[in-house]
Amino acid sequence: MKNYSEDWEAVIGLEIHVQLSTKSKLFSGASTDFGALPNTQACNIDLAMPGVLPVLNEEVLKMAVKLGKALNAEINSPTSFARKNYFYPDSPKGYQISQMDKPIVENGYLDIETENGGKRIGVTRAHLEEDAGKSLHDDFEGQSGIDLNRAGTPLLEIVSEPEINTPEEAVAYLKSIHSIIRYLEISDGNMAEGSMRCDANVSVRKIGEKKLGTRTETKNVNSFRFVEKAIQYEIERQIHEIESGNEITQETRLYDSQANTTRPMRSKEFANDYRYFPEPDLLPVNLEKEFIEEVLTTMPEMPTEKKERFVSEFSLSQYDADLLAADKDIAEFFEEVTKVSNSPKLSANWIMGELSAELNNENLNIKESKVSSNKLGQLISRIEDGTISGKIAKDIFEKIWTTGKEVDDIIKEEGLEQVTDDQEIESMIDEVIENNPQQLEQYRSGKDRLFGFFVGQVMKASQGKANPKQVNDILKSKLEK
Amino acid sequence: MDLHKLSLSKQLEGLKKGDFTSTELTSHYLNRISELDGQLNSFITVTEDQALSQAKAADDRYKTNNNFSLDGLPIAHKDIFCTKGVLTTCGSKMLSNFEAPYSSTVYEKLDKNGMVMLGKTNMDEFAMGSSNETSYFGPVKNPWNIEYVPGGSSGGSASCVSAELAPIATATDTGGSIRQPASLCGLTGIKPTYGRVSRYGMIAFASSLDQGGVIAKSAEDAALILEAMSGHDPKDSTSLKLDQPDLTNNLNNPIKGMKIGLPKEFFEKEMAPYVLKSIEEAIEVYKSLGAEIVDISLGNINLSLPIYYIIAPAECSANLSRYDGVRYGYRCEDPKDIEDLFMRTREEGFGAEVKRRILIGTYALSAGYYDAFYLKAQKCRQLVANDFSEAFKSVDVILSPTTPGTSFKSGEKTNDPVEMYLQDIFTIPANLAGLPGLSIPCGEHNGLPLGMQLVGNSLEESKLLQFAHSFQSNTDWHMKMPNI
Repeated sequence: MKNYSEDWEAVIGLEIHVQLSTKSKLFSGASTDFGALPNTQACNIDLAMPGVLPVLNEEVLKMAVKLGKALNAEINSPTSFARKNYFYPDSPKGYQISQMDKPIVENGYLDIETENGGKRIGVTRAHLEEDAGKSLHDDFEGQSGIDLNRAGTPLLEIVSEPEINTPEEAVAYLKSIHSIIRYLEISDGNMAEGSMRCDANVSVRKIGEKKLGTRTETKNVNSFRFVEKAIQYEIERQIHEIESGNEITQETRLYDSQANTTRPMRSKEFANDYRYFPEPDLLPVNLEKEFIEEVLTTMPEMPTEKKERFVSEFSLSQYDADLLAADKDIAEFFEEVTKVSNSPKLSANWIMGELSAELNNENLNIKESKVSSNKLGQLISRIEDGTISGKIAKDIFEKIWTTGKEVDDIIKEEGLEQVTDDQEIESMIDEVIENNPQQLEQYRSGKDRLFGFFVGQVMKASQGKANPKQVNDILKSKLEK
Repeated sequence: MDLHKLSLSKQLEGLKKGDFTSTELTSHYLNRISELDGQLNSFITVTEDQALSQAKAADDRYKTNNNFSLDGLPIAHKDIFCTKGVLTTCGSKMLSNFEAPYSSTVYEKLDKNGMVMLGKTNMDEFAMGSSNETSYFGPVKNPWNIEYVPGGSSGGSASCVSAELAPIATATDTGGSIRQPASLCGLTGIKPTYGRVSRYGMIAFASSLDQGGVIAKSAEDAALILEAMSGHDPKDSTSLKLDQPDLTNNLNNPIKGMKIGLPKEFFEKEMAPYVLKSIEEAIEVYKSLGAEIVDISLGNINLSLPIYYIIAPAECSANLSRYDGVRYGYRCEDPKDIEDLFMRTREEGFGAEVKRRILIGTYALSAGYYDAFYLKAQKCRQLVANDFSEAFKSVDVILSPTTPGTSFKSGEKTNDPVEMYLQDIFTIPANLAGLPGLSIPCGEHNGLPLGMQLVGNSLEESKLLQFAHSFQSNTDWHMKMPNI
């Protein structure tokens, strides 16, 4: 992967904005639903009418406390808000209410895994702040439109220590955060819709150098893959610049996914002095010990805990457990299937095999699966109890996917029960042997690999319904005679 | 009958007994406004139609004995309080076309008690000023002598009550904007404890200092209305979680044996002899009522003005950022681009004093200056508050002049901002410490009234009003009205 010279290292820090899935906004009662008509979800407070005041939505405190716990971090109490001042048309107050000195979450860490093994990444802080509105530049003939529906939507900004060194680590960290916020159900984490956004601070230095290089900030990269590519590009660009004798400018850059490049967004001359100061309209918030404890009782099982349980309870491999536990919905689906099928290993294989292939085909997520966890469980239990063969099961899976029918109905209607009766199988085998005297002779004179041919013929004769193990056993004894 | 000569409680009594109707009372004031306000300019908007329909509704309720507690009493509102569907300008060109889409909590509380809004009173632009000369809608005159200023920023509220164009008016106080104009117009003005009155819908100047209150003709009138304005508001996170206080019950209790503190730092200042004389006479009155006089020290009080002129502009610089021409209010003509829209809207929409304070505040918060200015000012503010806490361990109220002197002529201080800022030297400390303060008339000089200030401990509005009422029960300074 690395195509730059080996004596450079990159230093990367990520700022991840997570849109919290509260019903109403951070400081007003307006709805946070995505996709409504412009300015239909902006109340007087969101519009920054003269005289309005913010009132904190306490739901976000619970969400932040849970995140803090998941990130092994401290919860600050009191936690306080600050004004970040800047003029922008979609920032209605001319300042954003954010947190400066006492962010609600501080000093945490996250363990990540990459191909090169495990690594601990420090999480500096996570603070609450309100989102801005959107400027729309397309439809207004030379003017811009402002949509303030998003203004005031609660965000948690999670800031990592600059302890990430490769694009792969950055993505692993980002995926891990994504998995955590989905587990905690504090955000849908949808990067395409902007409910999770990532800014990457990147600098490079010669290996062994202690001093950090000048960093750039690449903004709003909206998929895992683009984060990896944007960082990769930025590392290579910076090394190239320095090796060509140029200096890196500290600036904000924008990733262009089509060209796979980054380009400067704002030049340094317009660098803002945000003039932070404590928000006088909101008193510091005390998080009582009882409040925190109460919130922590609602913590769900987290990805690593779940993974470990999958290994110990279901004897799954580390690899399978990791894959299943990374996504909360998949993990839940897996447990539901297993409950019905009684076969964890087979359930895992089916979810990661057939099911995930179908989902990918039709671009669906697991919650939209056309085969429910219950049906998949039944299907697998029919393999387990010998009613059907694995091969037939795949056909049935396809039929459920398209028709939504019950497993047992399909088996019955189409007569797909596995043939397990020894005599019936024997008579099929006898017929096959009788019809293929030449092959029999060749086999008996030492051509062992013809065994497969006979199996195939028997299965064909049974329309795939004969129990393969029985076919094998009986066939072997008959051929040896 | 000279209805405007009646106190609020007498007016309420008259309405209840049916001596006169709210429509008669309201019309009486509306007539006085149209007759007299031409020379005072104390109103920006007179809401005649709305007032008469509110009055009629009150009269109907009296007829069916369904009346509210303050039903049919007229009131004027400072144009800083948002009133739904009515122009709410804050004295600025920036909001000269702004009809509020919602009402402030203060307005709603009084409206629910049946009070009739006569109109919106003139004020210094965004409440920044001490003479009511910074208003976009022109200066307000002092009814005692129209060559003189009424004080500010609640100059319109003071002027109209003083000229008896309204029986009482709401006002706000960030550094003295209720007490100073009350003093200069011979009225009773009270700023309660920070957090007593909701700031929701009260257009922000400096959020940690702003507090709503009233300007009235007596402590008794003030108590009646302030009580109805007070109480916790879930829409204001800095609002105190306390029920509406009882401010009228305690008014007639004697002050015998209670202690009045005189801060030596105030009396060491060079004080005009006539001011000192009035204050000493007032002290004698209190002594005769059995109060004990105690010399106290507020060691850091002289830091108040510089502290205030860091914190208030800093907060205002952010509070006024929302006036950008994008969503409401004034917008410059034909903006070239967004930068031009922001810059020209603000250049053209704000007056000089507002710009001065935005600049001071922006500077004080800038990278590299924050620690030296804003942070230090906040620390010093705590020292001032500590001094008060210490003092209130040994006294009930603290007495001083409200202002360095009586009113001054229009234009006299407009070119010297610092001289103007010194108007608030006695009033600012109470805002810094969030304490209740009131001003009551206690003398006059060359035909102009003069006030004294009483500052109380946190939440002790009731005690302050008790002190004010006992003074007013034994003197008649508050009875004197200008000839207009």
